[in-house]
Amino acid sequence: MPSVDLASSPLRELNSALHALTDNTNATHWTVSNPRGQHNIAVGLDFPVEIEIDGHVGYYCAGMNKQARVTVRGNAGQGIAENMMSGRVHVTGDASQAAGASGNGGLLVIDGNASARCGISMKGIDIVVKGSVGHLSAFMAQAGKLVVLGDAGEALGDSIYEAQLFVRGTVASLGADCVEKPLKDEHKVELKKLLDDAGVEGVSPDEFKRYGSARKLYHFHIDNVGSY
Amino acid sequence: MSAQDRWIHTPPRKSATFDDAAIAEIRRAAATGIYDIRGAGAKRKLPHFDDLLFLGASISRYPLEGYREKCATDVVIGARFAKKPIHLKIPITIAGMSFGALSGPAKEALGRGASAVGTSTTTGDGGMTPEERGHSDLLVYQVLPSRYGMNPDDLRKADAIEVVVGQGAKPGGGGMLLGQKITERVAGMRRLPVGIDQRSACRHPDWTGPDDLEIKIQELREITDWQIPIYVKVGASRPYYDIALAVKSGADAIVLDGMQGGTAATQDVFIENVGLPTMCAIPPAVKALQDLGMHRKVQLIVSGGIRNGADVAKCLALGADAVAIGTAALIALGDNDPALEAEYQKLGTTAGAYDDWHEGRDPAGITTQDPLLAARLDPVVAGRKLANYLSVMTLEAQTIARACGKSHVHNLEPEDLVALTMESAAMARVPLAGTNWIPGSNI
Repeated sequence: MPSVDLASSPLRELNSALHALTDNTNATHWTVSNPRGQHNIAVGLDFPVEIEIDGHVGYYCAGMNKQARVTVRGNAGQGIAENMMSGRVHVTGDASQAAGASGNGGLLVIDGNASARCGISMKGIDIVVKGSVGHLSAFMAQAGKLVVLGDAGEALGDSIYEAQLFVRGTVASLGADCVEKPLKDEHKVELKKLLDDAGVEGVSPDEFKRYGSARKLYHFHIDNVGSY
Repeated sequence: MSAQDRWIHTPPRKSATFDDAAIAEIRRAAATGIYDIRGAGAKRKLPHFDDLLFLGASISRYPLEGYREKCATDVVIGARFAKKPIHLKIPITIAGMSFGALSGPAKEALGRGASAVGTSTTTGDGGMTPEERGHSDLLVYQVLPSRYGMNPDDLRKADAIEVVVGQGAKPGGGGMLLGQKITERVAGMRRLPVGIDQRSACRHPDWTGPDDLEIKIQELREITDWQIPIYVKVGASRPYYDIALAVKSGADAIVLDGMQGGTAATQDVFIENVGLPTMCAIPPAVKALQDLGMHRKVQLIVSGGIRNGADVAKCLALGADAVAIGTAALIALGDNDPALEAEYQKLGTTAGAYDDWHEGRDPAGITTQDPLLAARLDPVVAGRKLANYLSVMTLEAQTIARACGKSHVHNLEPEDLVALTMESAAMARVPLAGTNWIPGSNI
């Protein structure tokens, strides 16, 4: 199992080695120590590798991830798992702004809280936040599911397209064109699976409310001008 | 009318303030309740490169022979950090225009034309199509605020990356692609419902300001293993500071787009009233690069209203390393062709004025997603036309450069230029013709 100490080894070497992984490698489980808040750790991976980062990371950790499973044992800076395509990213602490921004696929799990704009522009990623999320989360969210076990800040789902939002606690306010929608059985099944995948126990899908697009802003109409 | 009446009533006089266009727009707004949306760039009269002249060689300057002596046109872009900088044979590139805004055959034609003369083309909002990649020898992949179609596989297929902060037609504004053009394929690439009016974000989702941008650029470099150049594109608004901040953020090259630069669709009020004309944005941009000791190290690519080789030469003389064309490239492909006048008339317009690109009914098959219309454009023929046009522009720029005694188009300099008007002298920071006066130069 390769072990990289970022206190003595340059980030470039780590990312370069991870990009060079091929099918015949045995190095499928990596540990990274002393990240010390460095930015851009384990970005652009495209290989089914397991990476454990022991400590806090800076911006864009696991950005554009494909296939890899990345665990951050600490807090994550801005844009964790931004534009993720597939795989899984797990943060055991809190995450800063724009967690999972514009992600297309895969699963992002945040054990703590996520700051503002969690899931902004999300395009198919699933995000489970066990704590709360900040303002403008799921802004212009297009596809995928954002699950929040705590509370959501102001303007949740502003200008949302077809993403689905599930919040267990309170919502400070909903953004333009975002409305509460019925939580039907099919949603509960999807939600249960996501909670299971995220390792959440003892929480029932019935405890959540579902939010999504009212679809009133899909075509410009002068009578909706107050919403713009 | 009696002779007496004629003296009582003054002749009809139209207002200079409420001219025909202003009145028509008030009526249109009252009838529809929506602002005017259109494609292309600013149509109002602006200070532009026509207001500049080259002096040419004489006793004190030695010209080069037009048909024999070499005048090089090659440009290397992105050698600051990238292991594989872009080598262009000509200093004219194709600006970013999306598949979605443009048809598949139009994107293919742009790739064919650009590749034939050794230059690059650029993706746009909505991602990279296989046709485009396949027909472009050098393809710049845009990372836009919307991140529509953004994926790391395409990022790694690109020859360069362009982080788009803004666009000259709408600095501070996001994109629009109206429902008519959101076909199944376009919607699939952008992960949107078919047929809705699509808004592209005006801010990037995961960074704000130059300190974040520096980290974002580093992320893109790490993902692509520091192989390919990273450009930053800005609309012309505060060029001195924007260019300085882009350099500070680690850009290899900067694209500066003036307000004559086109867009697929945005509000007319935005296009005509926000931003700076291209000509006046270049000197402060070059000054920023010079002040930082980065002129010619971080390349400056200028776009917005470039039409011919004289415009190219003037941009280079003011300090740009290359130019980009969008609207002119579409015209070369066949946009607004008078041969289609009857069809333009049916759309309520005329050849040369057609700008409702957002409606997707382009009879030339360029700004459309209608398969029948798109099939009208032969990408081989259109690509050949673009290649011809790019070659002519290059020859024209060389002609001027040789006349000024330059063995490379990059050797053109502000000293070769004069201005015809005081405003253009002040904006371009070259002397008023026949004088040595640059208005504002001693302020």
